[in-house]
Amino acid sequence: MSSNAITIQGLEVEEKPWVDSLHQWVTTVDHKRLGVLYILYALVFLLLGGIEALIIRIQLMHSHNNFVSPQLFNRMFTMHGTTMIFFVAMPILFGFANYLVPLMIGARDMAFPRLNAFSFWLSALGGFLLYFSLVGANGLYGAGNAPDVGWWAYAPLTARAFSPGHSTDYWTLALLVSGFGSIGTAINIIATILCLRCPGMKLNRMPLLVWLNLVMAGMLLIAITPLSAAQIMLLIDRYFGGHFFDAQAGGSAVLWMHFFWIFGHPEVYVLIIPCFAFMSEIIPVFSRKPIFGYPVMVAATVCIAFVSLSVWAHHMFTVGMNSYANSFFTITTMAVGIPTGIKIFNWIGTMWGGRIQFKTPMLFSIGFLFQFLIAGLTGIMMAAAPFDWQLSLSYFVVAHFHYVIVGGILFALFAAFYYWYPKITGRMLSERLGKWHFWLFLIGFHLTFDVMHIPGLLGMPRRIYTYEPGRDWDTLNLIVSIGAFIQAIAILVFIWNLISSYFNGAKAGNDPWDAWTLEWSTSSPPPAYNFATVPVVASRRPLWDLKHPEDPDSLYD
Amino acid sequence: MFALSSVLLPPRAVAEHSHSPLTSVFSPESTPAKSIFDLSIFVLSITGIIFVVVFTLLVYSILKFRANSANADREPAQVYGSNQIEMAWTIIPILIVVVLFLATARVIHAIQDAPEPVGAVEVTTIGHQYWWEFRYPKLGIVAANELHVPVSDPSRPTPTFLQLLSADTDHSFWIPELAGKTDLIPNHPNRMWMDPHRTGIFLGQCAQYCGAQHAKMLLRVSVDSPQDFEAWVRGQQQLAVQDPSAMTGRQVFEHTACINCHTVSGTPADGRFGPDLTHLMSRTTIAAGAAENTPENLRLWIQNPDKIKPGSLMPAMKLGDADLDAVVKYMETLR
Repeated sequence: MSSNAITIQGLEVEEKPWVDSLHQWVTTVDHKRLGVLYILYALVFLLLGGIEALIIRIQLMHSHNNFVSPQLFNRMFTMHGTTMIFFVAMPILFGFANYLVPLMIGARDMAFPRLNAFSFWLSALGGFLLYFSLVGANGLYGAGNAPDVGWWAYAPLTARAFSPGHSTDYWTLALLVSGFGSIGTAINIIATILCLRCPGMKLNRMPLLVWLNLVMAGMLLIAITPLSAAQIMLLIDRYFGGHFFDAQAGGSAVLWMHFFWIFGHPEVYVLIIPCFAFMSEIIPVFSRKPIFGYPVMVAATVCIAFVSLSVWAHHMFTVGMNSYANSFFTITTMAVGIPTGIKIFNWIGTMWGGRIQFKTPMLFSIGFLFQFLIAGLTGIMMAAAPFDWQLSLSYFVVAHFHYVIVGGILFALFAAFYYWYPKITGRMLSERLGKWHFWLFLIGFHLTFDVMHIPGLLGMPRRIYTYEPGRDWDTLNLIVSIGAFIQAIAILVFIWNLISSYFNGAKAGNDPWDAWTLEWSTSSPPPAYNFATVPVVASRRPLWDLKHPEDPDSLYD
Repeated sequence: MFALSSVLLPPRAVAEHSHSPLTSVFSPESTPAKSIFDLSIFVLSITGIIFVVVFTLLVYSILKFRANSANADREPAQVYGSNQIEMAWTIIPILIVVVLFLATARVIHAIQDAPEPVGAVEVTTIGHQYWWEFRYPKLGIVAANELHVPVSDPSRPTPTFLQLLSADTDHSFWIPELAGKTDLIPNHPNRMWMDPHRTGIFLGQCAQYCGAQHAKMLLRVSVDSPQDFEAWVRGQQQLAVQDPSAMTGRQVFEHTACINCHTVSGTPADGRFGPDLTHLMSRTTIAAGAAENTPENLRLWIQNPDKIKPGSLMPAMKLGDADLDAVVKYMETLR
């Protein structure tokens, strides 16, 4: 553990004109800077997607509202979904993976730094293309600007007959380009983890965060490919007279659904597995205990990865598959709940008998556990295909997947922000603002997404710009909208915390949480090459070994 | 806890006013909806128990194992795991999944593979942007937006079987009280059925995003007594009424683009792009449920459909006031 003694400060850089500094950021191939770029880029899109969500919620506050036109509303939910999945959740998770994976395995950078930069700029171009549609997509008469086909873009709504102009093309190109970026990132993460681990870091000594990102990257390679293929097929249909999805000419609209969801469902796990990774690092540190059942956690993750590749058509229970197919996708979908449940039990097992410290990262982690439990259980309800015939395409399913994405993924991300921000910036985030952020967001979240289940059960379909009065949907929708605004306020508190703590936050030091993984052994922020000498590890918790020479983990390894 | 109570709320709300038309999935009035309801109660009970158990464990560990001034300065016992416990919380969920799957598979089979009895009413349902076409091939009827089906006496069932087609984009047929939803997809015929157990009006709407006016593609099912249904069928089988007092309006109608899209049986109007108007006045709503079927709404609709349903595919016909009044008058004779 020679590395821990090293406390090289970040290179002393003399003040440079901002142009030079900007140039350095734009041309950087450093994994930490690219990680930060991913995260900042995603935060910008988080604000855009959030504004779109608020427009949706204002329109739905009461029946027959005329805040926006139906056409604009349809663009808003399409842009909101596309933005949040492809240009918020994915880049922000790639950002954390980029930043943390090399640090946690004792490496000096990713395996392919230039590919890393290329991947980031491809993703950035994708987001730019999507939003450029607002000015660039007006084409033929009657064409709209932003895409309005929904984030699954079901055929044949994307055919030129129903979607003239170029809005759908911008959507297609945005996903195609950022998809190539994702493939580059996945290759890079896999190569880094397999090839650049420091001496002594055997696979079974890797932090769970690294393991889970390895699995995530593997899934990404499999899942992005059909999506990219489908986008190319759609372009051929739209511009070269292809008939893949053109039902009038013998093509198949259902074929698009299969292509999209065989990407779309693994994608959910691509997003949630890195969040499991955050939980598996944060919960042990604040419970002061090692993760409960490390080998089982790894096995459960690999199991989720395999099973989740065979569940995609549970998004298609209503499209008229035969009873055998429906039964098959029911059992696989329910089965994926087993390894997921094991994970929740292991996190509780980690807390059990610990000394839990309720710092902001832990608060968000507990919020994650609670909400992910409910999201999993509503998922089991919809896995029962007949029940799904009622719930699918309704606000119940909207509430369910927001429970996963906001209640699960976003809460885990906030935990990660509060936990690793000190490492990234050298300053602590304010605990006081953090608690405001947590409680406001928690209240807003539950007002919005608990209540949102009910209109779905009362027959309210998703993606409608307005609804009829007299169906008991009005009050519920008003509460949902109020909750959305409380969440928006919480996000502003968070952004303010990020900014003000950067300048005024308490100095973090190397290891503010008394943690156990390698990233805390170097300075905050880490120097350009992370570790002056490559560390050597003898167990899963190298810093525990160092701090407790009388009872190191390496004894039991 | 809030989420759990939210799930339990709707049945109570429904019990209070079970006879006004509602769209709750928890007030089934037909066999497929009832089978789904029974399954949903079973699934809700099991997931509810899981929730209570795990939630209790979570809250207990948060309360019991919090750091305090007495223990904050020393690390707790470092426990790495336990194979016995892991086995337990692997096997129990597997058993639960097996039970849930068997219960679900039974209902899938019962609903999807139900044979069509001889006396069943057959309706070919075609989704259009943004309205519904109902064709009864055995009865020679074409209707729109308001589906009429006979009530089905469980001792002598007369279920209705829908063949689901689409003329353009994807749609989904959903009447929560009568059955789960099934999509209408071009070039991919689907099937669903229902056997309503009481007469009355049942509401629903298109559930699959289909374009600009997805929201106002509403559905209305009238479940009629056998006598009422027979009377309705006889009425619909007639050719259009030829009322001499509405001759002017009819001429305007037949000399504008109206007839390219609409059918009035027994006249030159034979378009199929829009709803069949032969028995327009037998419907309570127009524009796929977006407005009441009143002379004022009809006039507004013909004058400028965007006022009622922006983005609908019916063009504004730009008729003068006299022609407009005449056409509305003609429409009012199409009983």
